[in-house]
Amino acid sequence: MIRPDAPVLLEIRDLHASVADQPILHGVNLTLRAGEIHAVMGRNGSGKSTLSKVLAGHPAYTVTGGSVLYKGADLLELDPEQRARIGLFLGFQYPVEIPGVSNLEFLRVSTNARRMEEGEEELDTFAFEDLVNEKLQVVQMDPAFLERSVNEGFSGGEKKRNEILQMALLEPVVAILDETDSGLDIDALRIVAGGVNHLAGPDNATLLITHYQRLLDAITPDYVHVMAHGRILRTGGKELALELEQRGYDWVDAEPAVLEAV
Amino acid sequence: MSSASVGELVSQPYKYGFITDIETEKIAKGLSEDVVRLISAKKEEPAFLLDFRLRAYRQWLQMEEPDWAALGYPVIDYQDIIYYAAPKQQQKKASLDEVDPKLLETFDKLGIPLSEQKRLSNVAVDAVFDSVSIATTYKEKLAEHGVIFCSISEAVKEHPELIEKYLGTVVPSNDNYFAALNSAVFSDGSFVFIPKGVECPMELSTYFRINSGDTGQFERTLIVAEEGASVSYLEGCTAPMFDTNQLHAAVVELVTLDDASIKYSTVQNWYAGDENGVGGIYNFVTKRGQCRGDRSRISWTQVETGSAITWKYPSCVLQGADSVGEFYSVALTNNRQQADTGTKMIHVGPRTRSTIVSKGISAGHSSNSYRGLVQIGPKAVGARNYSQCDSMLIGDQAAANTYPYIRSQQSEADIEHEASTCRISEDQLFYLQSRGIGFEQAVSMMVSGFCRDVFHQLPMEFAAEADKLLALKLEGSVG
Repeated sequence: MIRPDAPVLLEIRDLHASVADQPILHGVNLTLRAGEIHAVMGRNGSGKSTLSKVLAGHPAYTVTGGSVLYKGADLLELDPEQRARIGLFLGFQYPVEIPGVSNLEFLRVSTNARRMEEGEEELDTFAFEDLVNEKLQVVQMDPAFLERSVNEGFSGGEKKRNEILQMALLEPVVAILDETDSGLDIDALRIVAGGVNHLAGPDNATLLITHYQRLLDAITPDYVHVMAHGRILRTGGKELALELEQRGYDWVDAEPAVLEAV
Repeated sequence: MSSASVGELVSQPYKYGFITDIETEKIAKGLSEDVVRLISAKKEEPAFLLDFRLRAYRQWLQMEEPDWAALGYPVIDYQDIIYYAAPKQQQKKASLDEVDPKLLETFDKLGIPLSEQKRLSNVAVDAVFDSVSIATTYKEKLAEHGVIFCSISEAVKEHPELIEKYLGTVVPSNDNYFAALNSAVFSDGSFVFIPKGVECPMELSTYFRINSGDTGQFERTLIVAEEGASVSYLEGCTAPMFDTNQLHAAVVELVTLDDASIKYSTVQNWYAGDENGVGGIYNFVTKRGQCRGDRSRISWTQVETGSAITWKYPSCVLQGADSVGEFYSVALTNNRQQADTGTKMIHVGPRTRSTIVSKGISAGHSSNSYRGLVQIGPKAVGARNYSQCDSMLIGDQAAANTYPYIRSQQSEADIEHEASTCRISEDQLFYLQSRGIGFEQAVSMMVSGFCRDVFHQLPMEFAAEADKLLALKLEGSVG
């Protein structure tokens, strides 16, 4: 939903970043306003995933230039946990397994960390169970997964559902979903996309990072950005994704960028 | 993790490193037959005990310090150690109110309040300061149930027949170099006796505190559970920070008769030395339990986080038919700490069973070895053992080793051994952090998840404590 007067939630300006001294991002510009859904598309190695990691604060990535403002304040100076607490969420492409740590306990600690930041009351075990049972329905997940270790032995689809469950619990202001569709079969994709649609509202923004059009059949973006060589080369509406689907990524490289990033 | 925050975390000091300023009575440095006689005389011991000490001393002179453990440390000069030190207030007071307030304050600071108003409601505590037991709480209440819980010195005076009957019967004085040394010069420790059919009504606990910088610590603990009796016992240990090393060579003996059970838990947090490995306790401990009776049970749970050097193998001799031995261990090493620890399960009787769960966590430049023996004797028909040894590495400079020894002379035995090694990865930490969980809490969640099987075995009051202790010890070790 595009509203020109909606408040800016995330403003990325000329962002440069590298990993292991290898520059990956070469000046990314992107603005997310409340209520908007953005899709960032691009080939493998175009810098899409790096962008998501940098925004979430992964220690292996170094910002070498530019700025990111979150609700007008500097995001980059915050620790990853602080970014999460104020409402930034990264849905991982490959959620890691954490043996020995109970999924339920993890979800509760995480939810409470976010709630306390918002000045809300900490949820005890019972109150949290009620909440999590309600949110499980968003992703149609079996409560048995709560009793297991975080992501341990989960299938690809179960891991992604667990990510969306976390998103439902944390109620982020800005949600970045990194290749959420990868490794999902059609049914799982439908459920995950349903969850994302359900959670997108007028007060938050979503950034979908994806390879393929198929996720965008299920979640309609307001903007589509095409990334290549660590920059956003093209921005358009949802029809841009369809064009990419038909013509591949080569033409993006061939034609000079005609549109500035929004 | 930015390097600045790692720095802040690393500088977290050892909480218990303070020294209590109190007058102590010490004897001169060095060890000789005269010193052994002097210790015995100071404690006004009966002849049998002096003989026990002298025999041990003579055996010790003939023995060599063991060097088979995966430990490296400078040669210990046994003549440069004080073998007896005690706070000046000698006579044990009838009531706690008469105990030197400085000592009470020390234990308060350690989180072990002894005074009537503040003490733990369901745990009886024997507080040992340097070589001497200064107070034991709830003695009268325990006596009503026939339970004896006192310092071993007191037991020598008041129950000499029990001491003579059991002392040195599980760990003979010539068992090993450090046990022989302890047998010659042991100062104090706890004695527990649970008579036939009695289930001890509360947790028992001994808290060991080293205060002197140049004094060796040689405690002796003896716990006897008669037929059908049961008890849960916990020991805790801390020491001030010195830049020298202190020797700690304790002996613990446990005896269970038919259908009896002893659960012995340790939370060891001796000073571990600084990040460069300067100072810290040398911890050479012999702990052994003997399941003499049929269907009896001995369970060791240990959380080892302190000491510069740890050499310790709490063991079970499973003599009685159908007796059960258990060993649950978390050993954490950081900085330059070295630990060589594990257990011995000696199956003698038929259908004896043992379980070993060992979790080693190595961080910094430390080295952490599990060394365990499972021995099945010719008469142990149908004996069973299950062993699980897991190691967790934090950072890339730490070492973890596993040395399992299995000897079976019984074809009808069932022995299982599982082992694994894992590492806390940056991606796991980042995942937890990106969900709003702080770095320290993230490490702590992962470590306590790793240790859960062992922490479950600790008495309730101490499980949470152990969790916190590990988190504190690990601060700054990941980055």
